[in-house]
Amino acid sequence: MDARITLRVDGRVRPLALDTRTTLLDALRDHLSVTSPKKGCDHGQCGACTVLLDGRRVVSCLILAVTCDGAEVTTAQGLAQEGEPHPVQRAFLEKDAFQCGFCTPGQVCSAVGMLEEVKAGHPSEVTDDLTGPVTLDDEEIRERLSGNLCRCGAYVNIVAALREEAES
Amino acid sequence: MTVWREAVGTPAARVEGPAKVTGRAGYTYDRPVTDPAYAFPVQATIARGRVASIDSAAAAGVEGVLAVVTHRDAARLADTGDAELAVLQSDEVGFRGQFVGVVVAETPQAARYAAGLVRVEYEQRPHDTELRADRPGLYAPEQVNGGFVSDTDEGDVDAAMEAAAVTVDRAYTTPMEFNSPMEPHVSVAVWDPGERAPGGGFAEGARLTLFDSTQGPHVVRSTLAQVFGLPPERVRVISPYVGGGFGSKGMPHAHNVLAALAAWAVPGRPVKLALTRQQMFALAGHRTPTIQRVRLGAGADGRLTAVAHEVVEHTSAIKEFAEQTAVGARMMYAAPNRRTSHRLAALDVPVPSWMRAPGEAPGFFALEVAMDELAQACGLDPIELRARNDPEVDPESGRPWSGRHLVRCLREGAARFGWAERTAPGTRLVGRELVGLGVAASTYPYYRLPGSRAVVEYEGGGRYTVRIGAADIGTGAWTALTQIAADALGCRLRAVRVEIGDSDLPAATVAGGSSGTTSWGSAVVAACRAFRHVYGEQPPAGAEAGADMPDDPDAERFAMHSFGAQFAEVRVDADTGEVRVPRMLGVFSVGRVVNPRTARSQFIGGMTMGLSMALHERGVLDHRTGHVINHDLAEYHIATHADVVDVDAVWLDEEDVHAGPLGARGIGEIGIVGAAAAIANAVHNATGVRVRDLPITPDVLLR
Ligand code: FES
Ligand code: FES
Repeated sequence: MDARITLRVDGRVRPLALDTRTTLLDALRDHLSVTSPKKGCDHGQCGACTVLLDGRRVVSCLILAVTCDGAEVTTAQGLAQEGEPHPVQRAFLEKDAFQCGFCTPGQVCSAVGMLEEVKAGHPSEVTDDLTGPVTLDDEEIRERLSGNLCRCGAYVNIVAALREEAES
Repeated sequence: MTVWREAVGTPAARVEGPAKVTGRAGYTYDRPVTDPAYAFPVQATIARGRVASIDSAAAAGVEGVLAVVTHRDAARLADTGDAELAVLQSDEVGFRGQFVGVVVAETPQAARYAAGLVRVEYEQRPHDTELRADRPGLYAPEQVNGGFVSDTDEGDVDAAMEAAAVTVDRAYTTPMEFNSPMEPHVSVAVWDPGERAPGGGFAEGARLTLFDSTQGPHVVRSTLAQVFGLPPERVRVISPYVGGGFGSKGMPHAHNVLAALAAWAVPGRPVKLALTRQQMFALAGHRTPTIQRVRLGAGADGRLTAVAHEVVEHTSAIKEFAEQTAVGARMMYAAPNRRTSHRLAALDVPVPSWMRAPGEAPGFFALEVAMDELAQACGLDPIELRARNDPEVDPESGRPWSGRHLVRCLREGAARFGWAERTAPGTRLVGRELVGLGVAASTYPYYRLPGSRAVVEYEGGGRYTVRIGAADIGTGAWTALTQIAADALGCRLRAVRVEIGDSDLPAATVAGGSSGTTSWGSAVVAACRAFRHVYGEQPPAGAEAGADMPDDPDAERFAMHSFGAQFAEVRVDADTGEVRVPRMLGVFSVGRVVNPRTARSQFIGGMTMGLSMALHERGVLDHRTGHVINHDLAEYHIATHADVVDVDAVWLDEEDVHAGPLGARGIGEIGIVGAAAAIANAVHNATGVRVRDLPITPDVLLR
């Protein structure tokens, strides 16, 4: 069965007709040629496909595109404004927080979404005080990014990049 | 003599960094092709036997399906000598998960759905997938990976063990492990069919373009050309961005052939084949499980008299791959009596292959835990024990070292890591956590593979292009080659553009054996020198010169290896047995470091993979079915952010004057070697429990 939906992807309105079995990730990659989000597992186990859906980080391989009609999708490519990398992307470049780069767009989107969650006061597994504002220390960063795997093992550099971001 | 200028040795940022952080970098599947069709494989559900019948009618009837290809109708390959690559050429099944068909459709959804409708009946034969040291039929391979002999025997190990004041004789095991790069293996095949040969074979006029996630475009090209019976110049392999590989993308696998067969079945359409994460566990190579017996004999002063390292491991019955697990023990320590051996069980399992530091990674888990046991038995500090057994020349070849600085690495690391704070095993309880420190030695050979060529062209306007069919799988090679070229040409970094990742570029060897930057780099240096020799400092636009990688006479005269010292601190929960690793430090001696920024990432990336090997990774084969049951990232665990706290690496400031024009010995693999042993040794120091089987899970610490 096919369905017609409209997405707003990185600021552009993108109408599309697709098989209702299509995930948001496949809609972006196969239908719209938006290949910044990557497919590392297609099962919600690696985080490579992370995008911001109406501002919240999601693994786009676990969401059917038909449920996203009218939604705003931001990918790592959209985070870079007019070719200028987002501050988180700049911090990744500075700290060499990637090697092969395949997990990186997902790590970046996840980090941007995570920083918003912290600002909004959402606690995590390792937050001691569930009521107060959250202090984003290294342990918090690691816990909150653990859904994003990096087989190249860039973790310590990613945390270093985000530590700097958290401080600024 | 080269005058080294600003670029080599400086922490230049990755040339492709901005493209990667924004996701603009186009990996294999991301490359735009016109009107693609999508392939989804059908895999065998038995471990051994033959396909008795296939009913593909239902699949063929699915809307959007373009072709269903099985062994009955697949195009015939010219060379089926490599059974892993002889895809859909017979009804034989050699392991569970092997390809028995492929569906090509207009959409990935249709292809996948239809693949599930293909009905395959099998004639099953008994299979055997279980590795045991006492099983019949173990054999010595003619040679092991890397071209080394299977067995060595020097002196009389048994007599020396008999006479030794102190001995260690233990068995160590490592499980089946999977490379699991974050980018699954992908091939996109495009045929320009030429004249079809009678019988549906591949005509000489046919031309294949393969976008492929590979560590070696030229290796894939030459292998596939042979398999399809095409002249190599009619095969082109393109691969600018590769989402990791760690060896699994170092040689072509069955999916490369399947993608091309699928595309051949739908003339005029490019076909995209992306293995799923689950499929990779049967089809993208793995590290064999190992059962290793290590025997060490020493005097009361810890001086080794005997070293024996005897390994039992598996290969696939359809294709031999013999991991060189015991080879490192041949050169590591001075002992007059030394024996190493490899015995293989040919099982009905998927085809094993390269995984980061094949040989050294599992081998040094066993050897370096055994050394820790010997230190304990002799009442010696483990660093002192290694210092006492540091050989002056290579015990294996008798050649002098081009630079062996293991003891310096150990001492430097000890000072930096606070080794002096280490207490007796099981004596340091902080809160409810047992704290321990561990050390292990690391080594990796210097491989410089012949067969690379580079070409330099002056574009005018002060700009140079350097071409070489190399691959950057995240190693930083792209950036390093740019730095090397800039220095060799004597120009600024930004004046040089390096093109890689395409078999239409001059030939390059595989990104493997930690050999890339040194091998390709010396070809680049030679090409730059040739260019300046011909054109001087004022070349005309369009001027071009190339050179092959020069020979390396010193490689025959010296024993050339990198070395390192791995340190780990662990904290073991006294109630649950959970192991955490708050700190790791590696100190490495690798010759010259071309780019400290990307080199550090390589070292700590390898160490992180070693941590993962120590605590998380274990592929589980169900011997009843031959199936890797934990075949995804939720069940085959690899380290994530929360597991990795503080991993750091430093290196000696040096140059190996014997290691080609760069003086560099390679850095990609040494980081994983010894890392798991350092953690296991730290666990012993924390708890007093000696763990000899990986991974280290809480249950063994709670006994
Ligand atoms: S591809 Fe979505 S989580 Fe892995
Ligand atoms: S950079 Fe390669 S997987 Fe993270």
